[in-house]
This record gives sequence, structure tokens and C-alpha cells, in this order.
Amino acid sequence: MAKITYHTDDNKTHTIDIQNGLTVMEGAIQNDIPGIDADCGGGMACATCHVYVKEEWLNKLPAKEDGEEDMLDMAFEPKNNSRLSCQLIVSDELDGLEVNIPSKQG
Amino acid sequence: MNKTDVLIIGAGPTGLFCAHQLGIIGLSCEIVDNLDKAGGQCIELYPDKPIYDIPAVPECTGEELTNNLLKQIKPFNVKFHLNERVEELKKNQNRWHVKTSGGVKFDVAAIVIAGGVGSFEPRKFSVKECEKFEGNSLFYSIKDKSIFKDKTISIFGGGDSALDWAIELSNTSKVNLIHRRDGFSGAESSVQKVKDLNDQGKLNLFTKYQMDSVTGDKQIEKIKIKHDEGEIKEIKSDYVLGFFGLIMQLGPILDWGLNINKKTVGVNTENFETNIEGIFAIGDICFYPGKLKLILSGFHEGALAARGCFKYAKPDEKLRFEFTTTSKAAQERLGIKK
Repeated sequence: MAKITYHTDDNKTHTIDIQNGLTVMEGAIQNDIPGIDADCGGGMACATCHVYVKEEWLNKLPAKEDGEEDMLDMAFEPKNNSRLSCQLIVSDELDGLEVNIPSKQG
Repeated sequence: MNKTDVLIIGAGPTGLFCAHQLGIIGLSCEIVDNLDKAGGQCIELYPDKPIYDIPAVPECTGEELTNNLLKQIKPFNVKFHLNERVEELKKNQNRWHVKTSGGVKFDVAAIVIAGGVGSFEPRKFSVKECEKFEGNSLFYSIKDKSIFKDKTISIFGGGDSALDWAIELSNTSKVNLIHRRDGFSGAESSVQKVKDLNDQGKLNLFTKYQMDSVTGDKQIEKIKIKHDEGEIKEIKSDYVLGFFGLIMQLGPILDWGLNINKKTVGVNTENFETNIEGIFAIGDICFYPGKLKLILSGFHEGALAARGCFKYAKPDEKLRFEFTTTSKAAQERLGIKK
């Protein structure tokens, strides 16, 4: 279990306990947090679960797999702290993670 | 006006297999899709990625699956209307009249929406002013490349479309290729070619830059691009091209009065009919308790929806359940000669 904080574009903050093994994307979808579309359902094929990770977490997260950076090229306003939330699997180590959800997914 | 029993919206695996099931029970259908080819997400998002959970097919790619489905429906001579998006829907007595973006009209007894997560549309620049120039000096696809001759073109993106067009247009135009990072997702050989052209001064490559602003009166005159570190460059530009792939949008279907929840359409699990009689929804776009977004679920949903269409297409006939192994009628429809 990890507490994940989602900052949505309407300046609201949602801190939620997410079970280990789910992805940060699934945590958002299951808890009706707005702004994450996840059109492809977690296949790293659409870039509509794009989030900005709080800087201090960037190096603590598992590295991007092949393909994630390619998909991020397609994302809406990608930045250096951009990740696809379907690729972030929740574990105890992610307790306290904060992500910002962009204003649009495409 | 195209008169047929059923209109299928979406040529992904679910729509294709539904066409098969309609054919088997003796109903005709035509298929509309916004892409330029059949296959839906399988072709557009992951043509080369293996799929491992199609029953009795241990492994196949999205492209192989699509080709096999097309082969399977070949006996039914299904007519495809590609590059068309459905727009208008009207009830006409017991029939539906549907019109597409390109003005193609259909008169059908029933509609099966197999639209996945929506129709594929180009992803656009996030900079607001870009809209003003869209279709005039800013494009997301190229229809007539002759307009670029001897002009300055700024191309954004790092995939094959961006690289291929940068290489090709560099022969006749002054090309700037701008990409948000040093790495590219396009083919290695194209990346090398672009770097060579940049070294020879035949193309200007800007990496770690993104669009910042675009200015001009009627046509684009200048753009500004911003580096990761904050530095801004101004570039003269006659045209801007953006190649950021495609995104799925539900589009006009949203206005049809369907029961829509989070980009999905509610259906019953008896025959996958929506809240509107005669309109069915199958595959990723439908929602019901327990819904799984798997291709195999879409096949099941298509088989039942096809049978649900029967009473609208042939109200005076009774549909009898038959197996393809033994049904003479089904085998005739499949064109099997014994």
C-alpha cells in the first residue's frame, strides 16, 4: 500500500491509498480522479495517462522502459519530469509519490 | 444512398468479426472507419506487437490478426468506407439514415458501434495560436507537397512521419526539424540521414526544443521555439508541420443520445443493444458490469449483437441457431463447395 497524491488541473489535491501492484494510472481511474484518459488501457500505446512527477521523485522511480520516451513524444506538453502513469507500478517504495495531471491528454 | 442491413462503425477486430457473424446469419453490412485502413488500434497502435490472448492463436501480431479477419470475411464481400467518420444520425420510420464526414449516406435497419475509444484524429500543438493557421499554413498531414517548394518549413516531431517528410522536403525546401529530445522514435536509418543532412547544411536540426509561439498575419511568418533550459529562438517559417501521432476522440457519436459514461456506451449483455433500439455497441466502446477490454470479449459481443440486429433487418423471419460445421445455409454464404 502506498499513499499517492494526484494534483489535478483544477488545483485540487487527491491523496489516496493505492494497493501495491496496481499502476498509478489504475489508481486514478478506479478513484475517479479526472484528467487521466488511459485510452489504450495500459498498453504504453497512447500517451493519454501522462503525468508530471514531482522532481524529487524522478530518480527514485523505476527507469523508463523502451518505448515510454517514444510515446511521451506524442503527449500533450511533455517535460523532463513526464512519465506515463500506466508504467508506474505501486509498491511500498512509492509511498508519498506526488504527480501533477496535465490540463489535457491530447 | 447505400442501402444495407447493418452499418458497422469501426473496422477494428471487433467490427470485422461482427461483419463475419452478420454474414453467417445472412445479413448484409458495410463498414465505416476514419482511418485509411482496416484494423483499428491493432494496426494504428501496435501492428508489430504480438498478442498472446486470442483463443487458439498462441501468438500473432496486430497486423496478422487484422489480415486473418479480413480473410475470414472475404466471402461476404463487405464494402468498406475508409477515411470517413460518421456524423449525422436520423431515424426514418423503421430505418436509420446515417451520413459521414465525406457525405456518404446509408440507409440501414440497425447500427453496430464498434468504435473502440473513438476515431483516430491527429494530435495537435498545445500552443493556442496554432489553431488560427490550421489548414492554411499549419498542417498535421500533407495532401499536396508542391506548395512547400522553395519555402521554409518547420517540422515538429521525432517519429517516422516527421523524419521522412524532413528528408523528402529538404530536396526542394528549407527545412527545420524540431524535436523535444535527442532521441527519436523513427527508424535508425532515417535518424542517421537527418543527422547527415544537418551536418551538410541541407537541413537544420533543433533538438530539446518545443514550439513556444507562432505569429503571422494571414499566413505564418515566424515561430519561436523554446529550449529545455529556457532559451528561445525565433525562426522565419512559411509553413509548420506537426507529426505527433494520433489520438482517439469519440466525436459526433456523443450527440446521438446514447447512454454515455466516461467515453463508453452502456449496453445490455443479452444482445449488446444500447438505450436506443436498433443501435448496438460492442468492443472497447461498450460498457456493462464485468466488461473486459479484450479482443476476445469483442468477438463474443459481436456475435450476439449480430443476432440482435436480425429482428430489425428481417422482422418477418425467425432466426434459427445453427453451427457452421453443419449448416448448409451458412456454408453457402461462406462459398464453401462440397
